[in-house]
Amino acid sequence: MSDSIATSITLNGDPYPLDGDTALTALLERLSMRRGRVAVELNHEIVPRARYDETIVRAGDHVEIINFVGGG
Amino acid sequence: MQDTPFELGGLKFQSRLIVGTGKYRDFAETKAAVEASGAEIVTVAVRRVNITDRGKENLLDYLDPKRYQILPNTAGCFTADEAVRTCRLAREVGVGELVKLEVIGDKRTLFPDVVATIEAARVLVKEGFKVMPYATDDPVTCLRLQEIGCVAVMPLAAPIGSGLGIRNPFNLAIIIEQAKVPVIVDAGVGTASDAAEAMELGCDGVLMNTAIAGAKDPLAMALAMKLAVEAGRLAYRAGRIERKLYATASSPLTGLIG
Repeated sequence: MSDSIATSITLNGDPYPLDGDTALTALLERLSMRRGRVAVELNHEIVPRARYDETIVRAGDHVEIINFVGGG
Repeated sequence: MQDTPFELGGLKFQSRLIVGTGKYRDFAETKAAVEASGAEIVTVAVRRVNITDRGKENLLDYLDPKRYQILPNTAGCFTADEAVRTCRLAREVGVGELVKLEVIGDKRTLFPDVVATIEAARVLVKEGFKVMPYATDDPVTCLRLQEIGCVAVMPLAAPIGSGLGIRNPFNLAIIIEQAKVPVIVDAGVGTASDAAEAMELGCDGVLMNTAIAGAKDPLAMALAMKLAVEAGRLAYRAGRIERKLYATASSPLTGLIG
């Protein structure tokens, strides 16, 4: 139990496994998310697009990834 | 009769119809309806990406942000904080500063929370957003939103998705008269005549979603709405005749036979 917590993040409200510290760019690639289609919050702070490479996601972090969907 | 372009926060548009992208069968139908409507501005909702279904297509693959002005909305937000957070995230996708601010005050009517809308608008304007707030059809509310620095005011015609048409043309007339920013009727339009009526009253634009997406033939209704907005605008600019209680003959009263 403690292991799974230690190696996972909360991604859009659900646990998501992580193999140690991961650059945000790598996480987005793994999720097949493209720049210009999504926006990211790390621990409730917005991550500017230009900083995806240098931003590191660590175990226990809260990550929100949003995109646009149909709406009025 | 050349019309002046529709200007919103320094951006210029030819079409005065803004369409939503919700409630369509699929993205292909969304795209076809948007094309038929002639709209240049399309509103979209901001939601968490689906992590488990990653192969899913993205709405922006169908609505090219280079061709359309994407207008992210804060639909589903019930507090000023949620709405501000949603706008900040939407901006980071990279489609510009224009946002449709919508803070709902009541689940059943989906009427806006005016106090929270004004609060959120203040924060967003300060942060450089071009704010288009969904508001009640109340002249004072619209005046306040204009004073704050919103680039448009968007009073409702009737509850969202109701199709009841313009419930309060007199309030709308006052809002239009005092407005220094574009007035866009947002929500409640049911059919083409409602859109034409809004434009005839002097609105600068109309925003709708359900009236098109929910029609039996959305593509035909999209075209009907395009024509209605154009016809209503033209009639407004042409200047309608005064209403009179009694008849005035259209044919000469002299030279009658017999």
